[in-house]
Amino acid sequence: MGFRESHFPSGLEVHKRNSPCPTFTIHIEIALWETLSKGKQKVSLSAFAFLFSELVQYNQTQVDNIAELERRLEDAGYAVGARVLELLCHREKGNRRETRLLGILSFIHSTVWKVLFGKVADSLEKGTEHEDEYMNSEKELLVNRFISIPKDMGAFNCGAFVAGIVKGVLDNAGFPAVVTAHFVPVDGQQRPRTTILIKFVEEVLLREARLG
Amino acid sequence: MAPAAPKSGDAIFASVDRVNAELFTLTYGAIVRQLLTDLEEVDEVNKQLDQMGYNIGVRLVDEFLAKSNVSRCVDFRETAEVIAKVGFKMFLGVTASVTNWDTEGTTCSLIMEDNPLVDFVELPDTCQGLHYCNILSGVVRGALEMVSMKTEVTWLRDMLKGDDVFELQVKLLKQIPEEYPYKDDE
Repeated sequence: MGFRESHFPSGLEVHKRNSPCPTFTIHIEIALWETLSKGKQKVSLSAFAFLFSELVQYNQTQVDNIAELERRLEDAGYAVGARVLELLCHREKGNRRETRLLGILSFIHSTVWKVLFGKVADSLEKGTEHEDEYMNSEKELLVNRFISIPKDMGAFNCGAFVAGIVKGVLDNAGFPAVVTAHFVPVDGQQRPRTTILIKFVEEVLLREARLG
Repeated sequence: MAPAAPKSGDAIFASVDRVNAELFTLTYGAIVRQLLTDLEEVDEVNKQLDQMGYNIGVRLVDEFLAKSNVSRCVDFRETAEVIAKVGFKMFLGVTASVTNWDTEGTTCSLIMEDNPLVDFVELPDTCQGLHYCNILSGVVRGALEMVSMKTEVTWLRDMLKGDDVFELQVKLLKQIPEEYPYKDDE
């Protein structure tokens, strides 16, 4: 596809030659090119919060337990993550993506977080008990900012959506993992922080070890 | 104390917390995709999006009134202008223009050239009946209902279907009289 070319003019020419309907395609290509390269646009936080709350409420009507609800939010996030990876590899990385474990983790912690949430994540740690676990933590995750969980919903965490985003990025970059969101109490703070726990599947670690 | 002067859409948008529009766009895309999978019928998806928008509109109007300091609009014309210039700007960061008034001044069109909901979106052939931005019409309808105006909101033009702009027609059906004594601040 034309827009995958690193320089727009050459991409444009490719399409001029191949397309049966050059003018129309070029119009679309330019529109797409503009959308792909901007990315500084903003909407109000409340617009997002309203939208997110509808996402959660709608999914609540589709499930009968918390695990199922988290899974559905994760699915929605996954769709976002897959697209974010593609978009950011194109925009920030010159159409390259990370192939090493630490590279992709720091890509999520810094690049993805910065674009989606306007800041790098508060911390990225390696699990102390398991080799294959990493934790990306955020004091006040954007999606949890306006959410209070009813008592009867136990450990439900809307961060499942963000866990889905992370999973979407990792899976599509070739680092399949199980990703979950957890509340972790912090001393001296009223609200718990949210930790996104990443547990890579075995093959990822084997490959990483082989690469040395 | 004298009431604060109404603020412009730009001023409010500059003062509120903002997020990356792409997070918003992609999240909305994920919602639409989920609805298409769950409900299968495009008409049902349109209905559900409208309902979601309505729910948002009903709640959003409080924030709008609190932050914008707008006073009561004298007529529907002013209402439409305020929605297009202040409401759209304050939440979505874009403005719309108001045109195509009918002679009674009860029907008009909001025209949008820039719409953060549709970045990256192309409708596949199977979804040609989908009103992708139907959530927005629901928001307008819900918000207006909270300020005593029953409206009917329909999409006339849609850039995803090849039109050059988005055109949202707002038709005032009736004004619901206030039911309890209304105390004006002035």
